[in-house]
This record gives sequence, C-alpha cells and structure tokens, in this order.
Amino acid sequence: MAVQDAGVPRLAGGGSGFSVLNDQRVRGVLFQVLLVIGVVSFAWWLISNTAANLRAQGIEFGFGILWNTAGFSINQTLIEYQENSTYGRVYVVGLLNTLLVAALGVVLATVLGFIVGIARLSNNWIIARAATVYIEVLRNIPLLLQIFIWYFAVLRLLPAKREALDLGPFGLLNIAGWYAPSPIFGEGFSVVVIALLLAILGCFAISSWARKRLAATGQPFPVFLASVGLIVAALVVSLLLVALIWGRPLTLEYPTLGNFGPRGGARLFPELMGLLLALSTYTASFIAEIVRAGILAVSRGQTEASYSLGLRSGPTLRLVIIPQAMRVIIPPLTSQYLNLTKNSSLAVAIAYPDLVSVFAGTALNQTGRAVEFILITMATYLMISLITSLFMNWYNARMALVER
Amino acid sequence: MGKMLLPIVAGAALGLTASVASAATLDEVKERGELVCGVSQGLPGFSNPDAQGAWSGIDVDVCRAIAAAIFGDDSKVSYTPLSAKERFTALQSGEVDLLSRNTTWTMSRDSELGLNFAGVNYYDGQGFMVRKDLGVNSATQLSGAAVCTNTGTTTELNVADYFRAQRMEYEVVAFEKADEVVAAYDAGRCDVYTTDASGLYAQRLKLANPGDHMVLPEIISKEPLGPAVRQGDDQWLDIVKWTLNALINAEEMGITSANVEEMKGSGDPAIARLLGVEGSFGEAIGLDNDWAAKAIAAVGNYSEMFERNVGPNTDLGIQRGLNALWRDGGILYAPPVR
Amino acid sequence: MADTSMTDLSYVRTEMVPDAPAPRRDTGFVGWLRQNLFSSWANTLLTLLGAWVIWVVVPPLIQFSLIDAVWTGENREACTTIAQGGVLPDGWFGACWPYVGDYFAQFVYGRYPFDARWRVDIVFVLFAIGLVPMLIPSAPFKRENILYMSVIFPVAALLLLTGGHFDYGPFITGQGFWIDYLILTVIVCAIVYAWGRATGTTSLGPVRVTGLSMVAIAVLLFILGIDFGLSHVETDVWGGLLVTLVIAVTGIAASLPLGILLALGRRSNMPIVRAVCVAFIEFWRGVPLITVLFMSSVMLPLFLPEGVTFDKLLRALIGVALFSAAYMAEVVRGGLQAISKGQYEGADAVGLTYWQKTRLIVLPQALTLVIPGIVNTFIGLFKDTTLVLIIGLFDFLGQMQSSFTDPTWASPVQATTAYFFAAVVYWVFCFAMSRYSIFTERRLSTGHKH
Repeated sequence: MAVQDAGVPRLAGGGSGFSVLNDQRVRGVLFQVLLVIGVVSFAWWLISNTAANLRAQGIEFGFGILWNTAGFSINQTLIEYQENSTYGRVYVVGLLNTLLVAALGVVLATVLGFIVGIARLSNNWIIARAATVYIEVLRNIPLLLQIFIWYFAVLRLLPAKREALDLGPFGLLNIAGWYAPSPIFGEGFSVVVIALLLAILGCFAISSWARKRLAATGQPFPVFLASVGLIVAALVVSLLLVALIWGRPLTLEYPTLGNFGPRGGARLFPELMGLLLALSTYTASFIAEIVRAGILAVSRGQTEASYSLGLRSGPTLRLVIIPQAMRVIIPPLTSQYLNLTKNSSLAVAIAYPDLVSVFAGTALNQTGRAVEFILITMATYLMISLITSLFMNWYNARMALVER
Repeated sequence: MGKMLLPIVAGAALGLTASVASAATLDEVKERGELVCGVSQGLPGFSNPDAQGAWSGIDVDVCRAIAAAIFGDDSKVSYTPLSAKERFTALQSGEVDLLSRNTTWTMSRDSELGLNFAGVNYYDGQGFMVRKDLGVNSATQLSGAAVCTNTGTTTELNVADYFRAQRMEYEVVAFEKADEVVAAYDAGRCDVYTTDASGLYAQRLKLANPGDHMVLPEIISKEPLGPAVRQGDDQWLDIVKWTLNALINAEEMGITSANVEEMKGSGDPAIARLLGVEGSFGEAIGLDNDWAAKAIAAVGNYSEMFERNVGPNTDLGIQRGLNALWRDGGILYAPPVR
Repeated sequence: MADTSMTDLSYVRTEMVPDAPAPRRDTGFVGWLRQNLFSSWANTLLTLLGAWVIWVVVPPLIQFSLIDAVWTGENREACTTIAQGGVLPDGWFGACWPYVGDYFAQFVYGRYPFDARWRVDIVFVLFAIGLVPMLIPSAPFKRENILYMSVIFPVAALLLLTGGHFDYGPFITGQGFWIDYLILTVIVCAIVYAWGRATGTTSLGPVRVTGLSMVAIAVLLFILGIDFGLSHVETDVWGGLLVTLVIAVTGIAASLPLGILLALGRRSNMPIVRAVCVAFIEFWRGVPLITVLFMSSVMLPLFLPEGVTFDKLLRALIGVALFSAAYMAEVVRGGLQAISKGQYEGADAVGLTYWQKTRLIVLPQALTLVIPGIVNTFIGLFKDTTLVLIIGLFDFLGQMQSSFTDPTWASPVQATTAYFFAAVVYWVFCFAMSRYSIFTERRLSTGHKH
C-alpha cells in the first residue's frame, strides 16, 4: 500500500536546512523516550483499570489468599497434602506434578526420539519407512487430540475398574491405572543401598581409569560390561549377605482386586500415563527430526574415514558421528524440552493435577482470584523457561569451547 | 499498512458491540435494548441450547422474566455461555448483567467475590450417581471409591468434606468441563459421579445406558441455586430479586400465564398490588407498574416454570420436593408485595 | 630382482573379458530385498521387527476404520452390540461413520444458523480464491493478490460471518462523529507534515500515506456500519472448522506485522527498544498457550475499563495473536540475520533511511527466505487452535467433543470414531501444509545456489 515515490531518497544537503531531528542519535533518544512513555502509560492504564475493577467489586488484590485452606483433594501428590492444606501447598503439589511429568516425558521422548531419528537414516528400507511414517503422522496431529486419543480412546480399551489385566510380576493394569507391586524394605536393606552406591562409585573409577589407559596405551577397555558386572555383583552379594543375617531383605506387596478396583501396591494414575504417552510420543517425532538433521550435518567424510580406519557402523555412530552431531542437536533439543514442559499444561484437559490444572484451575475457580493465580502460574513457567535457557546457554558455550 | 490496521479495527468493531458502561445497570440494559445473561454451557433443565441455538431451562426463564419485566418482551435477552471458571469474572467485569447459571449461594461468593445473590430459584443438594452393578445402595458404602466431579465448584469441596467427615478413603478425579466428567464416568474411570442432584438427573440422560445408573439417596449438602448480580447497584438487585419473588407469589395466588389478564380484575388487593393495578411498586424499582404481570405473562408462575423445565413430565422427572411452596411442604416462601 | 617384462608373460590376457551380468541375487527385486532388508543378520532382525510393528498397528486400524465399520444407520442402534442395545454381534468394534455423517455439518459450521450457512460457504470460497494463487509462486498479480487477501477478504469475511451492521454504541453516532474524525485527520496529517518540515523533507509522501490510512479507516468504519440486510450472528454460535480456521488465519495475519516489528526491534541499535522487544518475545515464548488463553478469558475483562467488554472469540484471538507474534518474530529474525551484511551496508551507502532500507531492501529478501518458517508457524498455530476448547470455545475438536453428549449416537465407539476422524482431518491439513513448506524450501535453496 505504500506509495512508491515516497521511497526516493533525497540527496544530503538538498534540503531546506539542517535540523537536530536529522541527527540519528537525537532521533533514537526521542523515539526511545516516546516508547518508554507509551509502554509505561499502557501498563499503567491496564493496572489502574484492573485496580478500579477490583475495587468496584470490593476485592482486595494480594497474595495472602495463598495461606487460606484449600478444602479440596488432589489424587496424585508427591508431597504430603490434605484437604486442610493451604493454597500455597496446592501450588507446590501442582508444580511438582508438572516437573514430574516433564522429567519423565523428557527422558522417554529423548530415548524414543533418538531411536526413531536414527532408524529413519537406517539402511533397512522397512525400518526407515516406518520411522518416516511415525514422524509424519504424529507431528501433524494436534497434541491435545493425541492426549484425548490416549486417555479417552486407548485407555478405555483396558479392563473396567473391577477387573484387571494381570501382568504377573508387574502387577495389575486397568482403566484406573497401573498398580505395580510396591517394595517393602526389610531389615538391613540399607546395606544393599550402600553396596549399590559403592558399586556406582566404582563404575566411575573404572571409567576414568579406562580413559587414562586408552590415552596412554591406546588399548580400549569394556567399561560398560565391567560396570554392569560390578553392579550386579554388588547387588547379588549384598542381598545374599543381608538374607543370611536378617532374613528377607525385600518383600513386594502385590495389589489385589477389591470392590472399587485394585488396592495396594504402587499406583501409576491413568491421567499421568495418558499424558506421558502423548507428550513423549509427540515430542519424540520432533526430536527424531532434530537428531536426523544433526547426523546429516556431520559430513559424510567422517563416516568414510571412520570406516576406513576399520570401525564398524555401531562404534562409528557412537564414537564419531553422535559426538559431533550433538553440537548441532542440543540447542533445538533444549527448545523441544521446553515445549514439552509447556505442553504438559494440557494436563488440564484430562484431569492430571499439574500446576495449571490444580492451581490456575481448581484453586482459581474456588477463590475467584483470577489475577493473582494466573500471574503466579505464568511467572512460574517463565522462570522454568528462563532457568533452562540460561543453563543451556552456559552448557552450549562450554561445549563449543571443548569441541574447538 | 492496511494489513496492520485491519485486525485492530475489526477487533474494535467486534468488541464495541458490547457497549460502554454507565453507572446504573438498568439504564445500560435499556439503552442496549437487551439483557445480557450469563448461563451454563449446557445443562438440560437449567440452561441448554437446542439444535437451533434457542435456550431453555429454569435459569433461562429467570432471564426471560426479567427481560419481560423491563421491556415487556422476553426475547430481548442475549445469552452468554460461561464456564465455571469464567462466570464470576464475567459478572465482575460487566460482561453480563446477570448470572443465572445454577450457581450456589455461599457466603464467600456473596462477600469476597463482590456478588449479590438475588434469591433462590432452585433448592438443590449434592448427590451421588453410581452404576447399578456396583451393588452399592448408600453413600456410606463408598469407602475407597473414585469420584468424578467438576473442578472449582462447591461440589468438589462438599465431597471432600463428606468423605472426611465419614472417615472414608476416596480419590477425586476433577475435570474442567462437565462433558469430560460425564465421559470419564461413562468410560468407567470413576465409580461415582457427584454433582447437584438435579444435575445428576440431567447428565444421566447423556449416558450411553441411562438405565444402568442410579442416584443414591443421600444428599450431602445445601445448594441453593440462584441468580447473582454485581454489588453496588441496589436498584438492579431489587429488580432481579422482586421479579423472582413475583413469580413465586404468583403461584401462591394462583396467577398463571394464561389467566394473568383476567386476574388483574380480581378483587384481591394482594393480587392487585402484584399485578400493578394498585400502588406503584414497579416505579419504585425503576420499572412500569405492571412489570410483574409482564413477567408472569412471559414465563408463567414458578410452578409453570418448574413443570416445563425439570418437573415430573419432563425427561428429568424431578419432583417438587423442597421446591414446593411453603404451604405444600416445601420451603419456597417469597416476601409479600406491599 | 626379475627383469622379465610384462609382455613376455604369455598367460596374461591382452583383451578385456566382456562384462558378465551381475549375479541374479544382487539385481532386480531379489537384489533390492537383499540389499535393503536382509544384508546382514542384524538387518534381517530389524526387518522382522519393523514388519511386526507394522503388523501390530496397521491391520487393526484398517479393520476398525473400514472392514468392521458401520456405514449406514439412523441412531445408536446401528453402532452398538446386542448387549448394548443395538443390532451388532457382541465383541464388535468398528467405526460408526453414520454418526460422523449426521454431525458433519455441525463439525464444519458449529451451531451457525442453518439459513445463514451459505455465508460461511462464500467465505470459504473467497478464501480459497485468494489463497490458491498466492501459494503458487508463478501465478501472476501477486501484488493485487496480497491486497485482496489483506484488505478485501478480511472485510468481506467479517461482514458475511457476523452479518455486519455493527452498532458502535454511543461513541460513533451521527454526523458529530464524522466531523470530529475529519478534524482528527487534519491534525494527524499536520503533525506528520510538521515532522517532515522539521527534518527537512519536502516530499509529501508520508502525509499522503497518513491521509490515505485515515480515509481507509473511515471507509472501513462506514462499511461495517452499513445494514446489508444480513441477520446478525453472534460468535457464540460459531463453531467447528469455521472457528478453527478463523482463529488460525486471523492469528497468523495479525502476528505477521507484529512479528516483523518485534524482530526489527530486537535487532535495533536502540537499547531500550531492544530490551522491550526481547522482554515481550521471551515472555510469550516462555509461557504455555493455555495460560495465555486462561488469561485472555478471565483476566482480560478486568484489564479493560469497567463496562467495556470483548467478545469471547475476540479475546481468544487477541491471546493467540500476541502469542504467535512472539514466535513469528523469531522466525523473521532468522530471515533478517540470514541476509548478508553487504545488503545493509549497500543500502546505507546509497543513503536510504532506516525505513526505506527496511522496506525496500531488507524485508523483501528476509520474508522470502522465511516463507517455510512462516508456514511452519502456521501449522503449529493450526494445531494449537484445539486448545481453545479448554476455555469453552467450540473449534473443530471442541464441536466434536460436545457431540458426545447427544444420546442419539451415544455408544462405546463414538469417541474413538470421532477422534479417528478428527485425526485424519487435522493430519490432511497439516501434512499438506508441511509438504508445501518443504516445496518452498527446496525452491528457495536452489534459487540460492545459482
């Protein structure tokens, strides 16, 4: 729409005279001052409107409400929570649930994403095609729809509450969730824990020793096998020892079927299952593309050089390609992790008690204090995003130095 | 340039359809030419749109009665469906003039949220619905059950109170939308579905096999549902309050939508006052003196409203019970017009 | 040691052996199979694994959606088993397509009044008329096309969908307003002119642009106020695909100019401008869309002066537009950074002002570069529109969910059928768009090599 002839530049000095307004810096300052005035007055307008609205309704703005008793119950809590806990505690419960699903989702999505991404580059035709189809299907369907499909369609195929799929040693599975056997620790179990910790320390020691040896002599050492062996050995020996001295170190409590579904055992709620499956399979389709792009970004010569040195395809991938690809992969991977965390807020659609669901949902509805609760929720996500970004920037800088 | 201006202007045009406020709600409504009424997103018997988008229900009838009292025309209402989360903000911010959305009258809402309840148009109580094959016939047998409900309602708090008081274990699964609660209950995720008893009957119609489910006899709470307005406009509160009272008084006096005109000629001074033949009660609240007659002509008296929307002859099939007049064993009792 | 020359060796061939055909097992279909599927033990194992995965996933889907599906019926009886009160054998599990057929119109239009649905159809057609030539790079009249899509179509769509005849309330009534508006126009133009004089520009261009914009706004206000005899349709009854498209298209259209401004601001030399833009962008990118929608649905009414309220759909649109503007800004910034420094310096050397440089040199190149990015943002936005169902708007998926409560079709397969159908529809839209994005990407990258 712009008028064309407006674009013809005038030659310097042809004007009617010099003005301070033609000075770039003066203009800059002027413009910024105007911007600040604009932004501040807009913010002031919003705040004063809100204040006036709230005052007119006799509502007092403030966060003291967080210390009021909530009065409702939440089914999945990682910390102690009761109906007479405060809204502040509701916030913590919700935040922890968000972080839980985000953490589990990140792990699952990363594993699945790497598998699919590498599979898409496989020489095996059928595997490569299957991976392509997986990616193209999942990333082109809205996540919310996928959550609904997992929660309302797929989980619905599971047995009703009073029946259950018997998974043998893995407990029971039905529409109300997965009831895994829960461990009850016997006397002296701490010995096993200590043995395990020692074994893990040992693994670190082995790996650093092996690295030194590799550097010094060029001889590799099967670190992975040795570590597994060490841990298994530590577990077996300590368990036997404890069993001999104190008796059974560990008993499993199996869930049993009751009138209202299985009882006992450790329970994985179907809301968490549905959300986790949807989030991780969806995000994995994006991670797979990132992994593929990262691997393709490593020049073909690297693979050829590695093959010509006699490495097989497994070690080539592990020792040559992936380490180089990681530098390309990590920045977009981080943003996928952040997306996953933010997307976990869709939990509200299937009643998983995450931050948005219990705090910006239930608690907000109960109190009617929209402004305070939404602000806190947004600030929380913002903090999570900023902290992750800062950490990743630091990590990136470090990686870049090391790799150079 | 046009690209940027358009959304802004279009937005302003769309947005400004709701007018700019003046102090008194009544003047504002009159100027706008219609009443904006906040209703539910679909609850049969209370406020529910049909396939053509026409609203019906006992809450909707309150809105119609008030529109009739103001304009003499019950079609001058615009309905705004609101979720449980939005309803109070919508009223506070002036988006709706009146909230008639099966909302329970509680002290905190009346005081802290800046609302004023204008009365009660349905006395409800919270109940439980279960599958018949569960073999449960009392709420006291529900220890260990999973309960599906709506988030952010008094229902969710009541159920927590009830199970705590009974020292029973339970698990709450709370959804944002009523449809999702029903879907989850229907899928078997929960053993129990709890909401206001009237809502249970209404939602049962939406289940795959309504006959497989039963409502338990226990009523665990008091849920007086009624229309609410903003604080600070006493005239408007009076209009809503007295329109509702007029409908209840009409039933008591035997005035119906059919005989309202001939009743104007009745010699009974109480009827004459209500229908505006004697006195100037309408003018006192800023309306015409025959405001009540117009409201009754539009929606009928309370009994007609009840029978049409939720009564025994409707799909919901609810008995009058508590909602009968005080002289018929209920607790419906409206102050007199005098 | 040996000094015998090669030619003396009688057993050495002097002619090339003719090429033998490759072994049968390395060519043709068998060879392809060997090479791609069974080249090693590990590969064979993978092949079997892949075949098993496909076997687990594909046949049940086909079974559900096609073989076992019900195609005709009047009500839930057609799609339920005998035990559930229907006609099908126990254990049956298939899609219930007559339900989708019955509700199809609602999935597209929502509860838009029947007798006004032709208006929605016209909007769809107008949209297609503008969109198709715009997507084809070689189609002529690009300038007119963009003008159509950014000015004529939005106004026409707004008029058709809402019915026009907007009541502006007490603010804009009668001639009094238009006189005020005329005065305002003169004042604004005078300010622009004065600025021009102060900076020594004699060109009347800026004044003309300002004047034309003011006239455009007036014309727009006037047109939107005209009564075309179309019935007024509240946005409450809009639904289905209509709402999905309205939100996605408006969101992207509003976020593009805002995103460009933010991206330019983020690369500005002025520290405060940069800080404001960075803060804006990072804020919206740091929070989930659902909290933005919650904010727009429950907080926005409180932000406005008492009594001024926005339509619910419009509130969601504002939230979506601000949210996607932040993402759009990052996409555009990518384009700005990809342009070589020489272009900026060249423009400076010719003596162009900042806005001339931006409008004539930088943006045309940057925006062409980021077309794939814009399309990808649009795909994301299109998928994200589903979130509005959480705040109670009925988009395509929301309309589908609300149909579950109709007892006429209530059956255990209803939700599965609906979700399957929704997944297919969304997939077709998004996949087509992602292919288009790849197409433009290829076109651009070949363009660059030459």
